[in-house]
Amino acid sequence: MTINTDLLNKATAFIWHEADLLDHKEYQDWLSLWSKDGLYIVPTDNNETDYENTLNLALDDADMRRMRVARLESGESVSAGSVSGTVRMISRLRILEETADYIVVRCAMTLNELRHGNLVSYPADLEYRLKPSADGFVIDRKVVKLMHADGFLRTVSFIF
Amino acid sequence: MSELIELKNISQKAADMVEEGRVHKALYSDPEIFEEELDKVFQNTWIYIGHESEVPDAGSFKTAFVGRHPVILSRDRKKNLHVLLNRCRHRGATVCEGRKGKTKAFTCPYHGWGYGLDGSLRAIPKAEEYEGVLDKNDLPLDSLRHESYQGLVFATFKDDIEPLEDFLGGAKKWIDLFVKQGGGYPLKVLGEHRFNFPGNWKIQLENTTDAYHFPIIHKSFISSLDDATADIFDFLDGDGFVEDLGHGHSVMVMIPDLVDLEDDLDQPIPERFEDLAQALRDEGQDEEQVKRLVRAAHGTGFNLNLFPNVSCSMAFFRVLRPVSAEVTEIQHVALGGEGAPASFNRKRMRLHEHFQGPMGFGTPDDGEAWERVQKGSMAGKDGWILVNRGMENLHKSPDGNVAGAVCSETGMRGAYQKYKQMMAAEGEK
Repeated sequence: MTINTDLLNKATAFIWHEADLLDHKEYQDWLSLWSKDGLYIVPTDNNETDYENTLNLALDDADMRRMRVARLESGESVSAGSVSGTVRMISRLRILEETADYIVVRCAMTLNELRHGNLVSYPADLEYRLKPSADGFVIDRKVVKLMHADGFLRTVSFIF
Repeated sequence: MSELIELKNISQKAADMVEEGRVHKALYSDPEIFEEELDKVFQNTWIYIGHESEVPDAGSFKTAFVGRHPVILSRDRKKNLHVLLNRCRHRGATVCEGRKGKTKAFTCPYHGWGYGLDGSLRAIPKAEEYEGVLDKNDLPLDSLRHESYQGLVFATFKDDIEPLEDFLGGAKKWIDLFVKQGGGYPLKVLGEHRFNFPGNWKIQLENTTDAYHFPIIHKSFISSLDDATADIFDFLDGDGFVEDLGHGHSVMVMIPDLVDLEDDLDQPIPERFEDLAQALRDEGQDEEQVKRLVRAAHGTGFNLNLFPNVSCSMAFFRVLRPVSAEVTEIQHVALGGEGAPASFNRKRMRLHEHFQGPMGFGTPDDGEAWERVQKGSMAGKDGWILVNRGMENLHKSPDGNVAGAVCSETGMRGAYQKYKQMMAAEGEK
């Protein structure tokens, strides 16, 4: 088996960059990483593929992403103010699909959140569809498959 | 020694901790009171366990809880519903796991005892050692009495309880109004959000008819709305009201214009629903049906709180489960129309995702407030929670019930008076 390590490195660098923006709440820069029709999806059922016709925890188009960021940055959300921070580790990256128009990357994430002094951990599979752009990639789709998506979660006032 | 006994007595007098306009903060955290609540409230009344649309076919099942008891809601081959305790009659393992599904039987994984969808014990591996010891007919899964109203299924441990419709009483009218948001189609569960919070179940119960908190804690949600929609949610100075419906039930009408979704069908299409209206037109729906579906898509302008564990809140069911004195699990159940246009159900789900659930723009801030109530309730040796807002500004509703302003705490007082009555009763054991 041959692995295209050059492509894998480029994708990894991009996904780590995104992760760093989110952990450091550089949300405006994060918004600029997306394609116009890109979707940020956190399903309630990880076996589901028809996200538009099922209930998700989040299914954000560009408008909803902008509003989600505005809510977190506004100072109006008391729960957002109680998140002391997140640290996410991303590893186990694999290119699942490579076409002229896009690549699909799957990776593992563990996000740790500190809120009111309590650490909460969110293990998840991430699936990205990335489109090549002039300076790297744009995100065309990001699906966050939380391991406990169908369980009783804590509320989330940050971005996976 | 006498002091110890006295303290013990105090902790068991939960009913005395409920006064007309205030409740003692120990009701949120005392583990003995919590145990008493499971016994006197949750095992002693009708508990909502699901909607019939969640078990549509022969063989469909969903799992749920009545208080602490895991139960199965199943539909047998003749399409009759059953509510069964999820416990093998042999050694007690659960016979059904997962949220929902379809099956031909419930089989215990431990020794293979097999039960029918109606709970009857059908198969025992190596049955010869039971000859003369037991009879399969004597050991079905325990079943609970259950009844439905408008598709909402309730179960109870109290076999001699009043019929469900009597229990619902004045709430029935509001359930009838609530189900109109199917837009002419039968109401259907589209999915659910699940989350928990470190706090007592009654904090959530109070919240459902608490309009007072909305513009404060949900400011970031309101900021995300267009101006016209934000105006609709600016209801504290409007003509809304809270009505005590009896039996602990209450309704809070925030948006009187949206009480009956089959009225006023000539209203213009709001900006927030233009995309839905266009999608419906593109599908070939005539303008009358477009307006009907758009109006239904709003959800109702009221929250109906049914004591103790479910509410019909604007556009969703809120189901609560007390896990311990200081932990509560919540389900936000999204609703649409069975057979309704896909664009209608999609819009309903997108609106649900916008506010509800662990990643909505509303729920996390509610959760934050409830967590703080629980934490704050530990401060001080003695202290009370006030539920007396609007107590001197009451009127009689057209249905003859006590009602107060939309941001009064009339609904909470109704729920706590029912709670007090149930907690004051002598236990059966």
